[in-house]
Amino acid sequence: MNKVGIAAYGITPFTKDDKKIESILFESAKNLFANNPKIEKNEIDAVLVSTNNNSKYLAPILSESLGIQPKTAHSIENLCNSGTNSIVSAYSYIASGLADMVLVSGAERYDSPGQILDWDNSRGEFKHPIFWASIFTSSYKRKFSVTDEQLALVSVKNHSHAQNNPNALSKKTYSVQNVIDSKKITEDIRLLDCSRSCTGSASIILASENMIKKITDQPIWVSGVGQKTISAGFTKNESFYSMESTKHATKIALQMAGKKIEDVNVAEVHDAFSVCEPMALEAIGMSNPGEGTTLVKELYETKNLKINPRGGLIGCGHPLGATGIAQTIEITQQLQNNAEKRQIENANVGLVHNMSAAATSSTILVLEK
Amino acid sequence: MSFEEEISKGNFLIPECTVCKKLVWPPAEYCNDCMGKTTLKEGNFQGKIIEFSKQNEDYFCIVEMEDSFRIIAKITKEPRIDQMVKISKCGINEGNYFFEVS
Repeated sequence: MNKVGIAAYGITPFTKDDKKIESILFESAKNLFANNPKIEKNEIDAVLVSTNNNSKYLAPILSESLGIQPKTAHSIENLCNSGTNSIVSAYSYIASGLADMVLVSGAERYDSPGQILDWDNSRGEFKHPIFWASIFTSSYKRKFSVTDEQLALVSVKNHSHAQNNPNALSKKTYSVQNVIDSKKITEDIRLLDCSRSCTGSASIILASENMIKKITDQPIWVSGVGQKTISAGFTKNESFYSMESTKHATKIALQMAGKKIEDVNVAEVHDAFSVCEPMALEAIGMSNPGEGTTLVKELYETKNLKINPRGGLIGCGHPLGATGIAQTIEITQQLQNNAEKRQIENANVGLVHNMSAAATSSTILVLEK
Repeated sequence: MSFEEEISKGNFLIPECTVCKKLVWPPAEYCNDCMGKTTLKEGNFQGKIIEFSKQNEDYFCIVEMEDSFRIIAKITKEPRIDQMVKISKCGINEGNYFFEVS
């Protein structure tokens, strides 16, 4: 397989703005080209669009808007992990030799139809994500004797991190008591435990080793890719207090990269709701089962930005199709030492965790300098 | 008769594979194991509550039916983990199935 790296990126602020999906997509791609004048548009072999928006033919539309005539152009939808699925597709095109350079652009509007999986009738009338999040939270608290206050610290930490991220939706910090006192959505989750749907876009260029040298002197390599789908339906999850798909995907990705979890210096994990962060930390092996909140507390108290330095989904907002790409951009910036106020010291290996529909499927990427 | 025709009348039937006898969920015309044709099985099916939460005054719970598959159902009284229940009401409302257990 050809070696594949990240050569360039562009991102927009995450907002509640009412904009056309085509405009949002264009904005992050425009930013990417503005930041990287060495990219020759006619050398882009493929344009992949990641979104849950119902508009059709968006990759050719984006290509035409940018003045690109790629060999391949198509959309990729897989609910909340559409973004990393597009990156994996781009990786595959380049690794196989079908393409040398691929533009991946993800975007979503605040009113994305990707929040609800209509097909999943096993959930009865409880199809909104707040219901699976409540079941996860209830199950996790029961299994490991964890309190609402311990989980609330995830939101406190990630809103705090987001204040160093100019593109984040969150513009405020909160206390544990603020989270507990925020609107009660169900018995087990409060409003501030939730990531918020928003409008935003993120674009990234992946390229082969030969091509990447022409574009950047700071390439970041995709050294590990792991994916696993357990089911489509939430109720077929093997457990409601652990992320089985994430465990499988992590094992595959780390093995491919020849790394151990201890080698990872910085990670973006999919904190769709507060409970998801400790569950993800446990699934990727950074914490023992039931001890994820202990690590969250330690990181918060020592001001260690290692997990979700950009603010995670809770701090940044969650424009579904853009999220996995935005996570990957954050880890790229960290490894390039370009993350400004969010910078982790000595970041050499990073990890991205992006999941869909209550962790019924997960993607893990390992990135290296 | 189809699963949806029956549930819309308030009847909870479970598809069973005519070849390997596996209960097939979510409802489908063919078995997701051996691909055999399914038929709807009637019965006084048992469920067990394995997790629950609450929104306003309503509890919602994960119910494992017949030690086989799980649904999310409403329950009016405070549930207990491992409580045995049966479907007391079901149907289709605005395109979504609904289940209530007691």
